[in-house]
Amino acid sequence: MTDASLPTGPTPKGSIYTQSPRVKRRNAAEGRFKFYGMLAIATGLLMLAILLFTILSKGTGAFQQSFITLNVPLLEAKLDKTGERDLEKIKKVSTFGYAPIIQAGFETTLEQAGLQSDLKVKTQAAILSKSVAADLRNYVLTNPDMIGHTVEFKFLANSWIDGYLKGRVSRISVADNKAISAEQLDFADSLRDAGILRKSFNPAFILGSDASDQRPEAAGMGVSMAGSFFMMLVVLFLSLPIGVAASIYLEEFAPKNRWTDLIEVNISNLAAVPSIVFGILGLAVFINYMNLPQSAPLVGGLVLTLMTLPTIIISTRASLKSVPPSIRDAALGVGASKMQAVFHHVLPLATPGILTGTIIGLAQALGETAPLLLIGMIGFIASNAPGSVAEGLMSPNSAMPAQIYEWAKRADPAFYERAWGGIIILLVFLVSMNALVVILRRRFERRW
Amino acid sequence: MSFVKLSVSALAITAVSATAAAARDQVQVAGSSTVLPYASIVAEAFGENFDFPTPVVESGGSSAGLKRFCEGVGENTIDVANASRQIKDSEIKACAGAGVTDIIEVRIGYDGIVFASDKAGNGFEFTPTDWYLALSDTIMKNGEMVANPNTSWKDVNAAFHDQPIQVFIPGTKHGTREVFEDKVILAGCEATGAFEVLKAANGDDKKAAEKSCISLRTDGVSVDIDGDYTETLARIESNKDGIGVFGLAFYENNTDKLQVATMSGIVPSTEAIATGEYPVSRPLYFYIKKAHIGVIPGLKEFAEFFVADEIAGPDGPLAEYGLVSDPELAETQAVVADEATMGSNM
Repeated sequence: MTDASLPTGPTPKGSIYTQSPRVKRRNAAEGRFKFYGMLAIATGLLMLAILLFTILSKGTGAFQQSFITLNVPLLEAKLDKTGERDLEKIKKVSTFGYAPIIQAGFETTLEQAGLQSDLKVKTQAAILSKSVAADLRNYVLTNPDMIGHTVEFKFLANSWIDGYLKGRVSRISVADNKAISAEQLDFADSLRDAGILRKSFNPAFILGSDASDQRPEAAGMGVSMAGSFFMMLVVLFLSLPIGVAASIYLEEFAPKNRWTDLIEVNISNLAAVPSIVFGILGLAVFINYMNLPQSAPLVGGLVLTLMTLPTIIISTRASLKSVPPSIRDAALGVGASKMQAVFHHVLPLATPGILTGTIIGLAQALGETAPLLLIGMIGFIASNAPGSVAEGLMSPNSAMPAQIYEWAKRADPAFYERAWGGIIILLVFLVSMNALVVILRRRFERRW
Repeated sequence: MSFVKLSVSALAITAVSATAAAARDQVQVAGSSTVLPYASIVAEAFGENFDFPTPVVESGGSSAGLKRFCEGVGENTIDVANASRQIKDSEIKACAGAGVTDIIEVRIGYDGIVFASDKAGNGFEFTPTDWYLALSDTIMKNGEMVANPNTSWKDVNAAFHDQPIQVFIPGTKHGTREVFEDKVILAGCEATGAFEVLKAANGDDKKAAEKSCISLRTDGVSVDIDGDYTETLARIESNKDGIGVFGLAFYENNTDKLQVATMSGIVPSTEAIATGEYPVSRPLYFYIKKAHIGVIPGLKEFAEFFVADEIAGPDGPLAEYGLVSDPELAETQAVVADEATMGSNM
């Protein structure tokens, strides 16, 4: 009897069409797990949504700025007493000497618009940005021929007026404020009704330089963006060749022994070192020992190179490894040298992966602030636009994340908005770099 | 591979050009974060009005700035150090050790320290005594020194509202902390008579008595803020009972969120500080390396511009931002014009 030899297990009690309690429990566990997974994803998405919403709602305001359009008579009596149009003599008039010209601009403009105001002209002119005198002086110095004429200018309004137009400043909030009064807000209202005061897109926020604490409305990201750009240039030109050379050697040529194992472990460790450590290293080695200039993007780039190298080496080695050995064997089989096999066949196939790793490393370096604090790239630095590549590398500059940090800690609340705006610009760069990675991977990466 | 060629050649070009660019042509300033806004206002105006590039102003704190200042002479060291306190003898020695001997001291004006709380909360009229009784770790009660038992401002002064004591004071690395300890806590300690008791207990040792006066309680009632005033403001916004220590200029920019407390009955303002009525203020300085004048273009012009009447005077932009202008500005201008170093005018 064969039946007797069968194991006598519990006989199924029900039909296979109805679930036993055990199966039910297992199914329920699976259902719960799916739910937890969805919950986790939903939480992640919610956080992302909150983050993006906060950044966009707080930062988009920075891209718009309030401008006042004035017809300014460039009075010869104030700007060029001799009438010789001698640039050296016109230069003698400092920005402080331009205050009466700006006040005359208000008088002229109000007269033309048929507006009346009880405020003193000086109080009226105080709603303009403090950067206006410098803008006007620059204009006069580049166009001395216009002295004596009346010219139309689009001037920045100061940050309080700008905040008023954006709803940040109200009559209640300015009650104790020395910088602005409710009367000036009334005056701003009348200018807005007359179309003289208007909010419009402000390219200077993206392209301009940092401004001091008294004129948040004039501050821009442009120069620190250039600083970031030069740092990335250094990082790219140093870490890519070094990183790729190191990985090719380790992956293709190096013997597998205890030494290479040690190096390998240390490269992985290096990738996990906090970035501030590299900052201290940079200060000690590059600035104090090698005497490179402080606050220079060159030094920043060198420090960030140290930080990026492990990332690039690890990703390059991974993509070299993913090239099948058959490619190498085939190349060697038809008589290529090892180096030819690597450079003619393996490396081109690994390029998309290498570039992906490089861009991810660069994006990481672009958002890095901590090491820059130690090498003097924070403060009122990003005010001179670099004239050339060499100047861009050597002259003091800030970087985008450092600029955002700097703005966030300044006293005037208008800088806070600009910090959020700066975050938007930085995010645009990071997102487009990551998008490039995705495109590279999709289009060029081969899978075996 | 053209990409490799391109990168190699670009690398070569940058390496060559980097070595070519050497001589520094802008003034480099570092130091106190309290002086930073003033220095950057001056730097910006300087760049606009002169043919020199805009000076670079870094922050980092008075001590850090003076340390970098004393690293030596040469283009790789800073030209000017900002400080919210006077340079110490030990720092002068460190400077001399590194070859920085001729230092020009320039006092730019005064800065007020104010106590402010949430706009919607209770108002306060403080005296140094109140702060001493609220913050010191031991206070005098019935003639005896006891561990500070006060938890509410009402315990400190019966005239105050019943509000838990929660204060945010600058951390020890800030120059502001020193002023706070000296002019508020120590003054309160002396006013309550605790100072005399402590002095007697320490065998007439003034230093030890001062030290125990200003040792603050560590039970979480007072929180050290190592960051900037923006952090203190954020703490107060999240904890409406909090009272923070701010610079006058910071308060004046945030009057919509903060209300200021009086000290000994005086409302802090630039005028009250200039006349000395408001007690909690301190001078601000910057220090110039004389050896750099003539080497770094624009250094002397920058210093002269900084203390010029139109900048640092009572109607200048610095006063507008919150600096209390120095009544003896003319003397300071003379110091800069003559390049009088610290040894020669003392």
